[in-house]
Amino acid sequence: MPSNIVLVTGVAGELGGRLLTRLGNNPDLERVIGVDTSPPREEVLRRIGHAEFVRADIRNPLIAKIISTARVDTVVHASTTCHPAGPGRRMAIKEVNVIGTMRLLAACQRSPLVRKLVVKSTAAVYGASSRSPAVFTEDSELIPASSNGYAKDAVEMEGYVRGLARRRPDITVTTARLVNLIGPDVDTVLSRYFAMPVVPTVFGYDARLQLVHSSDALAVLEQATLHDRPGVFNVGGDGVLTLSQAIRRAGRVELPVARAMMPSVSRLLRGARVVDFSSDQVRLLNFGRVVDNTRLKKVFGYIPRWTTQDAFDDYVQGRGLRPVVDGQRLAGLATAVDGWRAKL
Amino acid sequence: MTTSSSAQVIPLHRDGGGPGRGQAPRPDRDAPVVLFPGGSAGTGPAAEQDRLGRLLTFLAHRLTGDFTVDEFGFDPELTETVVLPPLRLLYDRWFRVETHGVENLPLDGGALLVCNHSGVLPLDSVMTALAVHDNHPYHRHLRMLGADLVFKTPLLGTLARKSGQTLACAPDAERLLGAGELVGVWPEGFKGVGKPFSSRYRLQRFGRGGFVSAALRTGVPIVPVSIVGAEEIYPKLGDLKPLARLLGLPYFPVTPFFPLLGPLGAVPLPTKWHIEFGEPLPTDAYDPEAHEDPMLVFNLTDQVREAIQQMLYRRLSQRRSVFKG
Repeated sequence: MPSNIVLVTGVAGELGGRLLTRLGNNPDLERVIGVDTSPPREEVLRRIGHAEFVRADIRNPLIAKIISTARVDTVVHASTTCHPAGPGRRMAIKEVNVIGTMRLLAACQRSPLVRKLVVKSTAAVYGASSRSPAVFTEDSELIPASSNGYAKDAVEMEGYVRGLARRRPDITVTTARLVNLIGPDVDTVLSRYFAMPVVPTVFGYDARLQLVHSSDALAVLEQATLHDRPGVFNVGGDGVLTLSQAIRRAGRVELPVARAMMPSVSRLLRGARVVDFSSDQVRLLNFGRVVDNTRLKKVFGYIPRWTTQDAFDDYVQGRGLRPVVDGQRLAGLATAVDGWRAKL
Repeated sequence: MTTSSSAQVIPLHRDGGGPGRGQAPRPDRDAPVVLFPGGSAGTGPAAEQDRLGRLLTFLAHRLTGDFTVDEFGFDPELTETVVLPPLRLLYDRWFRVETHGVENLPLDGGALLVCNHSGVLPLDSVMTALAVHDNHPYHRHLRMLGADLVFKTPLLGTLARKSGQTLACAPDAERLLGAGELVGVWPEGFKGVGKPFSSRYRLQRFGRGGFVSAALRTGVPIVPVSIVGAEEIYPKLGDLKPLARLLGLPYFPVTPFFPLLGPLGAVPLPTKWHIEFGEPLPTDAYDPEAHEDPMLVFNLTDQVREAIQQMLYRRLSQRRSVFKG
């Protein structure tokens, strides 16, 4: 049975807002309701279509009322933030991530009309360490990198989602574990990170990064909302970039910092309100994380249109990042030397 | 996995029946004349001439970040341009490595190379990787499985990933084998590489046989490899355990020259090496659930271990001198 009345949480966020405009312009849906504590961004409101925005907190019992009175049949939970871009208050984010999810799922369980739940999760649930396998599949063990970080929230949240799926087997549950999001117009921790002229890295480590373009992430969430795709899926582009490679592609200056100094650097960046550099994030820069997207392609039926490298280049161009170190020109020099040599 | 049919081993050289058994050692570089563009432009006379040109191209790629690494972090361009050439000096001049039975390496498809481990520092693994790369007709890279200590160490861990190594764990091994790569394991681990000089060429316990299950699951052949010469490069006489514990190392070796002569003592002895690739042991004949049978896994583990031990003894009995071979 196709979805008809959709509730989207976290519409003030990057993906939630976009998803709301997509669904709001879909004539097959009878009603689309966006929920968040703060209104969506201006451009989202302009292109919202027939979708509505309700200012509500998912931690509030009001959410159950909205779900039952609007006769919602599909809930898209996109409000969890694992990699907040800017400095936020840790406890406040944890509240929304964990308590908000519990409340929302309780409301879903109570309402007999809810048939589908789509959850935006994160690949950070797999953690990142020297003992991790190089590539995580959906069946890999979930070992969050730190015991109190956002990734831990996500692991707890997924636990509650599994609990709901067990208690209400009639609900189709889709969990999308997204790798780090990138794109020309999204504000994520990595988009802020690579926009800095001098990029601090952990000395002696060159992490493997896998990215997903925001349009691909959005398409996955949209398809999961419109069609039935039960299961857990890793969502990431094909291919891998190393951190140093990405820095050079963006023309930034790499600043290796000793691992012991990293907490001070991240505090400094937080204090300057540049980028939120959580401990999960530092672990990611240490060891990197790559997920297997075979299940997304074969079972879910979505082929990511952007590879990691293309998505990153799109971000660099779309942002109009002016290179601090012009690798292209230096490389041109090397090629020119090669040319002269050939002539001699 | 789909590689079970392609995992058949096709002998490269039809001459001289058995694989390098007692016959004159093959010339090291009979391979690069084969015109296969699929192989990497690593060695070969033409490439030698244009070394500077390649170096400049490499530099240009580094400056723009215009290269690709695979999901394990393997960077073939970096490996061939920066990592292998200095090792090749060590390989050719210092250890004068001789290889035997290269025809036992499959032309394509996955295979698991199981080798004896020794030498205090794991030089045997990098030399084996170079032996495979330089002697295989397609210059295939050996993807090695390393301990987590390697990947925890700054610089070393990164270099290991970039040169194609990954963590020794079942998911990674099966993924590489399933993708049709040549995978190298040293199942003795630290027990092998850090064994005292007195127990040289005596194989230690072969882990828990995880490598056999990985091969069974993916249906790839197991190629036993014996490395002779590596066990004498650092004669480990003692072990400073408290110091090792302090530094977080599995052992702290004492050799006749180290730590007595300081960094000079870290120069390996110039022993003569022989790397022999034995006859592959096919695993695709077993039923798909075979890896669930611990008895079979243990038996196969012992079989591989026995094969390597036999190869070692045979090679040792032919050796007249440690340094001259």
